Amino acid sequence: MIAARGLAKRYGDRRVFAGVDLELAAGGFLLVTGPNGSGKTTLLRVLAGLAAPTAGELRLPERHTVGYLGHEPLVYRELSPLENLTLFGRLYRLPERAERIGMLLERFGLWEARHERVSTFSRGMQQRLGLCRVLLHEPALLLLDEPYNALDAQGAELLDALFDEPRTWIVATHEPQRVERHATERLAFA
Amino acid sequence: MTYFSDVGALARKDLLLELRAKETLPSMLLFVIATLTIFHFALPRGTSDAAALGLLWAALIFTALLGLTRAFVAEREQGMFDALVLAPCDRSAIWLGKALAVLTFLVAAEVVALPAFAAFFSGLNGRTVAAVALADVGIATVGTLFGAMAVAGRARELLLPLLFLPMAIPIVVGGVGGYLWFLAGYDAIFAVLSWAAFEYVVSET
Repeated sequence: MIAARGLAKRYGDRRVFAGVDLELAAGGFLLVTGPNGSGKTTLLRVLAGLAAPTAGELRLPERHTVGYLGHEPLVYRELSPLENLTLFGRLYRLPERAERIGMLLERFGLWEARHERVSTFSRGMQQRLGLCRVLLHEPALLLLDEPYNALDAQGAELLDALFDEPRTWIVATHEPQRVERHATERLAFA
Repeated sequence: MTYFSDVGALARKDLLLELRAKETLPSMLLFVIATLTIFHFALPRGTSDAAALGLLWAALIFTALLGLTRAFVAEREQGMFDALVLAPCDRSAIWLGKALAVLTFLVAAEVVALPAFAAFFSGLNGRTVAAVALADVGIATVGTLFGAMAVAGRARELLLPLLFLPMAIPIVVGGVGGYLWFLAGYDAIFAVLSWAAFEYVVSET
């Protein structure tokens, strides 16, 4: 699904990472670990197609099959969860939008708050909504950057259960013990 | 049709955001009315209509600049470009949706500004109103492109005026002179260029 050879990224004179080789088949799980500032986020942005590598070869899947959750939940704070998901449902041309949105909001415990503005949510609720957004179009490849950020115990359990689903996963986290058992590939930045 | 459905959804989102936040349009209205009031008292009696018309265009351009500065605030502060560019819609739909929202704010500001100008200075003729309408299209299309470019830069508050104001000079020339065909030509050329260029502005890949 994803293949990279000699992948490198620089911002001006600063080298973010270099010489990354990886091959991830459909259904695989790549666990990315490393200290702050080691290049995990930049690598995920490159693998999501959001940033161009400075060097190397990279084969990516089609854009519409990719879901990406960064450090921010990537939702509009002045809109409600329902309005946010309806917007992205339209852009992803989901045929049965309302059912899918309702199911995700129920699953992540946001149904009751579906008409409230996201700006009134706690960071954990926003992260849950970010997960709803990223799952909305049922992407074959999911890239999650520190997905446990701000989640409470219940939210973290919901996320744990998500990893049992048959998808291709690329997860960067400071809590590798939570996802270790799923990992088929590992990439550790120094 | 899917393209225009995407544009509609994106423009509706921007209008809804403004309806909730009420930040851009009130600022534009306050600015343009305050500017026209200052001009009214600053200009000596007996100033020609042509001079007053020039000041109207200056006020409109700077009011537009104020609106454009705010156009991509949500995308910048909430990282929404990442979510939007990953969606399978044509990336130019993001530009067109935003340009339509900017155009709506401009028209709304002018609905108040033009009668205020007519009250403070000379009356307005149909040619001037038509010129303003054509100028709005040019301002929205070019300004939205530059707004997106400025968002990516560090000195964005400086970058947008530096990019936009030189491109607004032909609009002022066409507007003050009432050259409607010139303004229509500007709109057509820069709408197509902005539409084609937006993909490269929002994409690093």
